[in-house]
Amino acid sequence: MKILTGNDLKSGAVIWWTGEGWSLHVDDAVDVGDQGPALIGREEAAQNVFAAYVIDGVKTDEGVRPAHIKDRIRALGPTVRPDLTLKPADPEALNWVI
Amino acid sequence: MTEVQFRFRDDEPVADPAVTVDAFGDQTNATAVRIEPGDDARALLPHLERLRLIEVNFPVWTDGRGYSSARVLREAGFGGEIRAVGDVVIDMLGHLRRCGFDAFAPAHPLNDADAQAAFNRWQDVYQATGVDGRAPIWAKRHAG
Amino acid sequence: MYKYDQYDQQMVDTRVEEFRDQVRRRLSGELTEDQFRPLRLQNGLYLQLHAYMLRVAVPYGTLNSAQMRMLGDIADKYDRGYGHFTTRQNIQYNWIKLEDTPQILADLASVEMHAIQTSGNCIRNISSDQYAGAAADEIIDPRPYAELLRQWSSFHPEFLTLPRKFKIAVIASETDRAAMKLHDIGIKMVRNPNPENGAGEIGAQFYVGGGMGRTPMIAPMIREFVPLDQLITYSEACLRVYNRYGRRDNKYKARIKILVHELGKEEYTRQVEEEFQHLMGQGIEPPIAELERITGYFVDPAFETGLSDELDLSDPDFRLWVERNTQAHKQAGYVIATVSLKPVGGIPGDATGEQIRLMADLAKDYSFDELRVTHAQNIVFPHVKKADLYALWQKLEDAALGTPNLDTIGDIIACPGLDYCSLANARSIPIAQKISERFVTKQEEIGEMKLKISGCINACGHHHAGHIGILGVDRKGKENYQLLLGGSEGADTSLGQITGPGFDEDGIVEAVDKATQVYLSQREDGERFLDTYRRIGMAPFKEALYG
Repeated sequence: MKILTGNDLKSGAVIWWTGEGWSLHVDDAVDVGDQGPALIGREEAAQNVFAAYVIDGVKTDEGVRPAHIKDRIRALGPTVRPDLTLKPADPEALNWVI
Repeated sequence: MTEVQFRFRDDEPVADPAVTVDAFGDQTNATAVRIEPGDDARALLPHLERLRLIEVNFPVWTDGRGYSSARVLREAGFGGEIRAVGDVVIDMLGHLRRCGFDAFAPAHPLNDADAQAAFNRWQDVYQATGVDGRAPIWAKRHAG
Repeated sequence: MYKYDQYDQQMVDTRVEEFRDQVRRRLSGELTEDQFRPLRLQNGLYLQLHAYMLRVAVPYGTLNSAQMRMLGDIADKYDRGYGHFTTRQNIQYNWIKLEDTPQILADLASVEMHAIQTSGNCIRNISSDQYAGAAADEIIDPRPYAELLRQWSSFHPEFLTLPRKFKIAVIASETDRAAMKLHDIGIKMVRNPNPENGAGEIGAQFYVGGGMGRTPMIAPMIREFVPLDQLITYSEACLRVYNRYGRRDNKYKARIKILVHELGKEEYTRQVEEEFQHLMGQGIEPPIAELERITGYFVDPAFETGLSDELDLSDPDFRLWVERNTQAHKQAGYVIATVSLKPVGGIPGDATGEQIRLMADLAKDYSFDELRVTHAQNIVFPHVKKADLYALWQKLEDAALGTPNLDTIGDIIACPGLDYCSLANARSIPIAQKISERFVTKQEEIGEMKLKISGCINACGHHHAGHIGILGVDRKGKENYQLLLGGSEGADTSLGQITGPGFDEDGIVEAVDKATQVYLSQREDGERFLDTYRRIGMAPFKEALYG
């Protein structure tokens, strides 16, 4: 699947396109197909996101998994500070990244 | 020709179109020339007396060769108009002036209030450019 | 250390207002991200892997306790309770909000700090020797010259849109503690080698065109001696030639090292000297009185005299820390003490807000209110009375800041890597943690070791200059690590050589083990790892690694 991601302008938070809006959680991301560039144009102009781009991912039973390790780290948080990630209490989170 | 939005000179603006550096060599009656980032401003030094206007183009504002060009021309004694054209952005207006630019013709007109704020932003300056007539902070610290 | 006068204060205050206005225009949509990005970069604000990252300048690595305390407060108030000290003597915060940044800059300005030009295609923070003003071997304190250059480079109107970033280092000793020759401009303060009479006066020796990254190069000397009253004019000439002729067609060929390399040292020097002669007539040099004014801030603190150099080393943990982490001071009875920010298995260079504030308090009590940040990501108390050393060490120990590993295999320099940096290809911190834990019992046996890890070719971990260097790469979507040997950042600057094919995460730790085993089995009297490598060459290491 093709996932659209970017950052929140004011906070800098990593956000994912859900089809209706932007979420902090990659599992909410939808497949944008070939609509990425059009969505980027529209959403950046509306200042709902900036530095947006499209990445590859796969749908899994648990949710959405970006194809590249860099995007997985971006989705979760620094592997060396589990306490600062989006899933501090999840012992499987690190395995999901790597 | 793009409108000169800001000008800090008392004389009449030059109406002639600015020719390229290459063309300038042939056209002995041209009084206005336009420098691109890759041109050597010092190639104009032998011709400064017949020039009334030098346009310095910024295709993108992040290509800063024009700053050196303007300063080099002022250091050589050029007293005519040096006009910044192209991608002239508000946040660089003060710095352009300090390098010797006295006219600004941005490709896209700038918000006037923001531009005035930018021109007047820095009450003092750390460096002497030698061409903007401003006393740098070190001169004020050791005046008299 | 330097104190702002009304002019310096006004400059940082004006900068805060300028940035506040730029943020307003960004949030209102007047400025696009493309237009805003270079502006926020010149205020140290990056977009990083997880959030905005703010890089605060610590000019030539020197700060006082009030400033250090503010850095700790910023970590707690605006970030997630910690900061990261970098290989250019700065501090970075990883979770900053754009909307908070103008206020953060205002808070910094209230203690004479800023984030001016810590990123962007401009002249960056000027780095220096972390032992300046304390080391026994310097000919003079290099920091006044660094301060003069800091002011000259701040908002310099001609040099804010250079082809690429520009990094300057200033030292004043034969021992190079700032990797001077690996900078765009490296300046060594020296005595005039050709004096007209008597002992030569102080001046500046210029090295231009060094750097790491994709194409590491050692800067050649381009001028043996620049008198003090020509320092700014000469620097300006070097920069102007770069601004006019540095490549702008390819981001990876845009540093001055490429220009110097492509023109050749002689031609680059010729162009600089020509520009310099021209600029000498322009009156841009500050009067010597300005340098003297600045130097006045860098006089020695009120050292006590007649102090004993005795130290009670009966506590073996204290003795180890003293042997590892302290250096001789120029003043009898004093010592230079380094706080390692590399706890065993920890994240190199990170410190919590609480730890930062503790170090601020300790500086006030034990080091004449002064601290240094080193490019090895540690903190220095430059002036500690030996009589106070034990008490200081106990307080550091209590805060997990007493790790006795300076310049050993535990003192790893690592960039943030893929855990934090959007440029990275591989994670660097977990490798550092593994190596730190694996070799802690062999630390003393291995002795002096500068092990440096970069998560990508941009080399922010300075891996080219490591006795052992590790470079993280992306190999078909997986993290992979190359091993380099024999780099050195000192006066004997050399670039590390790659051993061969890379390794995975576990393999690189084994590779480091094999390399150190070769050293341990082959070393001769007193040789460090670097010395043995230089003597026996790469072959025995290749054999051990790839067999």
